[in-house]
Amino acid sequence: MTSNRVEHGGAAHTSSRKALDHFVLEIADDALVLGHRLSEWCGHGPTIEEDIALSNISLDHLGQAQCLYELLVENDANYGSADKLAFFRDSFEFRNCILVEQENGDFAQTIVRQVYFSAYYYFLYEQLSSCPISLLSDFAAKARKEVSYHLRHAGEWILRLGDGTTESKARAQAAIVQLWPFVEELLAPSEAASILIAESQVFEPSTVSSAYKQYLETLLSEATLEVPSSTAASPLNGRQLKHSEHLSQLLSVMQSTARAHPDALW
Amino acid sequence: MVEGHFGRTTRIRAMSEEQRTKDFLSRIDAKETIEPKEWMPERYREQLVRMMSQHAHSEIVGMLPEGNWITRAPSLRRKIALIAKVQDEAGHGHYIYSAVETLGVSREEVYRKLLDGSAKYSHIFNYPTTSWADIGMIGWLVDGAAIINQTMLARCSYGPYARAMLRICKEENFHKKQGMEIVSRLCRGTAAQKAMAQESFDRWWWPTLMMFGLPDEKSKNTAELMQFGIKLRSNDELRQRFIDMNVKQAQEFGLTIPDPDLYFDEDSGHWQIGPIPWEEFFEVLKGNGPCNRERLDAKIRAHEEGRWVREAASAFAEKRAKRRAKQ
Ligand SMILES: [Fe+2]
Ligand SMILES: [Fe+2]
Repeated sequence: MTSNRVEHGGAAHTSSRKALDHFVLEIADDALVLGHRLSEWCGHGPTIEEDIALSNISLDHLGQAQCLYELLVENDANYGSADKLAFFRDSFEFRNCILVEQENGDFAQTIVRQVYFSAYYYFLYEQLSSCPISLLSDFAAKARKEVSYHLRHAGEWILRLGDGTTESKARAQAAIVQLWPFVEELLAPSEAASILIAESQVFEPSTVSSAYKQYLETLLSEATLEVPSSTAASPLNGRQLKHSEHLSQLLSVMQSTARAHPDALW
Repeated sequence: MVEGHFGRTTRIRAMSEEQRTKDFLSRIDAKETIEPKEWMPERYREQLVRMMSQHAHSEIVGMLPEGNWITRAPSLRRKIALIAKVQDEAGHGHYIYSAVETLGVSREEVYRKLLDGSAKYSHIFNYPTTSWADIGMIGWLVDGAAIINQTMLARCSYGPYARAMLRICKEENFHKKQGMEIVSRLCRGTAAQKAMAQESFDRWWWPTLMMFGLPDEKSKNTAELMQFGIKLRSNDELRQRFIDMNVKQAQEFGLTIPDPDLYFDEDSGHWQIGPIPWEEFFEVLKGNGPCNRERLDAKIRAHEEGRWVREAASAFAEKRAKRRAKQ
């Protein structure tokens, strides 16, 4: 992947440079945390095929995170390394959304979380892939293919669960309601995104948001499920570094080996 | 082809059981490959179902001890490689279950026997993974042992099993390479990393030697399996190959082999090991290993918790099929 062609050196650009870094970290941290969560399913899935599918999605996300962290390090050596970003930051330095740090719960919760997440990125990457910042557009073009597979996979499961048995429908509907408060955070542009939008029109949030809502409505109605009516968003916000308890718990596991041996190479 | 096959079937029907078996064994001796639709002695089928089921279960249960470190892998690269590896093992299990089905037993039936404890899987997966170094040791030693076994099975007399092994071996070689890379890193690393590697090696060395099964004179299945061309080498032969290969490798890593009796026998050109602690092996096989209960419980839990998901999937498939039929 080529480096960012838009100039971000010089004092005048420090704020936009920081915004770009933060925006990239938001995407990368989302991918890392969700990739980690999905990997917790490995060996415990409802079927072997699904075990393999969830691992695949996990691998895509972890690969995305690694790629973005490396781009950050390439542009600014102060970040140290991709592993330093993943394993040696504290939870209050992570910029991932609250949705991805939510625990796996039952299979319905994992699938609903994936649909909420992948649908957003599907429409975001669609726009980012033609944005003027090449670092973002190059990455988005590649990641979009992966995300569209994730969305198709999770979307198919929504149909099966919604239109499957009474139990699966109830579980799917419960997950839809439970995770809904975390969707708003995805759709509302973060501070970093707002700066990039104002300066370089990287994407149009209202377009992403309306495409997202339309997609969900269509999918859920086909699955005979209901879009939640409540709009109360969670007071937590990962983009503002206000996390739930889940993230620090997740990190304490994920980072334990690396931090026990800070000087080691693996 | 169809006529030829039919012709042989009719001819075989007219033969006595004894004559059929004799013919079958001469095909085995002639290194012919046996395919699913062909006549085979009931014993041959039973032995294959037993062995292939055990093998498939081992792939699936084997995901657990390694999966235990996915969430704590120390770098992104290692984390990604480990998930991919464990995912490969799921694929191996899946593939071998399909191969067992060619013998007329359903995958569900085979899997149920794992869950109710009546089918076995490799005893090695009943040992705990207590440090990151274990991930390296499993790749190097456990996958390494599996490769020796599977390379032989890739030339076994039953076509579907042989083909499955051929495909799987390629991935196992990659797993072994990754495992050795992890061990090599640890052995060249900090004092704590080296200690971690040695501690782990001390725990895995003897159990991996037991993976090849009991000594030839005590193995009740070996003779028959060799007669059927399912096994081409005896347990002790395979074990010796593994020892010769890995004593040298351990020395290159700078690891100490936990066997005070180990020596190189100039006459035979082989490394000779001290007595294998078989009592431990029998205990693990009996279900008294360190993690037997945990492993089975984890698979039972996943199966139970996944039940409603599988039911939803089949209910949906039925509804969809009905809707399509109406259109
Ligand atoms: Fe395998
Ligand atoms: Fe393997």
